[in-house]
Amino acid sequence: MSLEVEEGEFFGLLGPNGAGKTTLINVIAGLTRADAGAVRVMGADVRAEYRRARQVLGVVPQELVFDPFFTVRETLRLQSGYYGLRRNDAWIDEVMHHLDLTAKADANMRSLSGGMKRRVLVAQALVHKPRVIVLDEPTAGVDVELRQGLWHFVRRLNRDGHSIVLTTHYLEEAETHCSRIAMLKEGRIVALDTTRNLLGSFSGLELRLHLDRADLPPGLPGRLLEAEGAQFRLRLSNYQELEQALALLRQADAGIREMAVHPPDLEEVFLRLTGRGT
Amino acid sequence: MNRFATLCYKELLRFFKVSIQTVAAPVLTTLLYLVIFGHALAGRLEIYPGVRYTAFLVPGLVMMSVLQNAFANSSSSLIQSKITGNIVFVLLAPISYVEFFAAYVVASVVRGLVVGLCVLVVALLFVELPLHAPWWALAFALLGAALLGTLGLVAAVLSDKIDQVAAFQNFVIVPLTFLSGVFYSIHTLPPFWQRLSHANPFFYMVDGFRYGFFGASDFPPLASVAIVFASLLAVSSATLGLLKSGYKLRY
Repeated sequence: MSLEVEEGEFFGLLGPNGAGKTTLINVIAGLTRADAGAVRVMGADVRAEYRRARQVLGVVPQELVFDPFFTVRETLRLQSGYYGLRRNDAWIDEVMHHLDLTAKADANMRSLSGGMKRRVLVAQALVHKPRVIVLDEPTAGVDVELRQGLWHFVRRLNRDGHSIVLTTHYLEEAETHCSRIAMLKEGRIVALDTTRNLLGSFSGLELRLHLDRADLPPGLPGRLLEAEGAQFRLRLSNYQELEQALALLRQADAGIREMAVHPPDLEEVFLRLTGRGT
Repeated sequence: MNRFATLCYKELLRFFKVSIQTVAAPVLTTLLYLVIFGHALAGRLEIYPGVRYTAFLVPGLVMMSVLQNAFANSSSSLIQSKITGNIVFVLLAPISYVEFFAAYVVASVVRGLVVGLCVLVVALLFVELPLHAPWWALAFALLGAALLGTLGLVAAVLSDKIDQVAAFQNFVIVPLTFLSGVFYSIHTLPPFWQRLSHANPFFYMVDGFRYGFFGASDFPPLASVAIVFASLLAVSSATLGLLKSGYKLRY
């Protein structure tokens, strides 16, 4: 695969389990070595210039890992030291504040709940203020409150110029936050575009109609998905088709009792691209 | 703090936080050896003229503690990190394989020396011991601890389970230390076993360390130090190669 994420972008990496998202992240992070090809982080090759590449990269791993010997603050201080930073306490305090960890600063890692451990993982990835932040399923198994707090903080970092690469199973998260998305399937990119274009070009619109009669006028554009009595579900490819459909209904004097237009959502695009949709 | 110093500090903090298990327990075990063997064999053996058996035993036991604890430190720390997955925090950071190696080995040396020193101090309360050439004793303790710390690193890198590290410790490290002349002089052995003992690198560490106390040894200390140093160089280069390749660490 060939892929470039622009500086300052909020980029989404989507795909079913086993698509290769985590493998790709591990190659970027230097945890896995690619058999062939090259990966650069802010211009630094992840193998030849691994120090420069890792210095600008912060990764939140998917697995909930922690070192049971240390407290939250010790963990964050050690992690700062691994990046050659001393006297990093002001930033550590700020990160802990944003992730709502301050009250747990001196608690042992072992004593924290799963959600709290996840916050520490995020904090660990941010201690060195990396220019590129990779979040591998950061909200898996996390409560709504943390999710919102986390997104608020990550969006702020993104506004401050940090590039974000996100993998998630929650498609609405990718839809809300990512400006561009790559969809992976079996180690290949099956779609790569802006979120807006992906939503626009793949899925089309769904038009739901409740008419005052049980038959549709002939020649309506799009594809009929479902008909039940006087209720119909139609798939339209764009808003021009919606206009045509409405005009035809008016010509045919079909009265509309209820009407709803559903814009595309990423879930549908995802299912269609990965060959699971109808 | 720089990267190496931080990783080394983390390794030291780890074992100091559980010092009952990592320092107090091995000190007690070693002193039990001293009490039991010292009592059972006192008066029956005099290995060097004018040296009581209990006195002869102390440097051997101190060195055994240094070696076994240096091995235990790097091996248990790294295998635990691998199994729990928290090794990822070190692997994600811009830490070179040389810094990684040095941090684990230095921490192992410190743990080995701390336990050895504690054993020595407590033993000195009960046993009178000469100190003929302290620098020799220190040199052998440092080299021996570094060699065993490095071996611990190798064992943990190669292993996938704690079970495998334990096997390395129980089937390789413990027999080699017990058969290195901790409890006896190899001159008391039949010729075949004497020759075999010379193939055991641990023998030179224990024998050289003992020279530091009594000024007498089974093998010339200069030759011993050269052998131990050469072993350390060989094992270290192999380990550095292993770490550089990322074998069983970076997939």
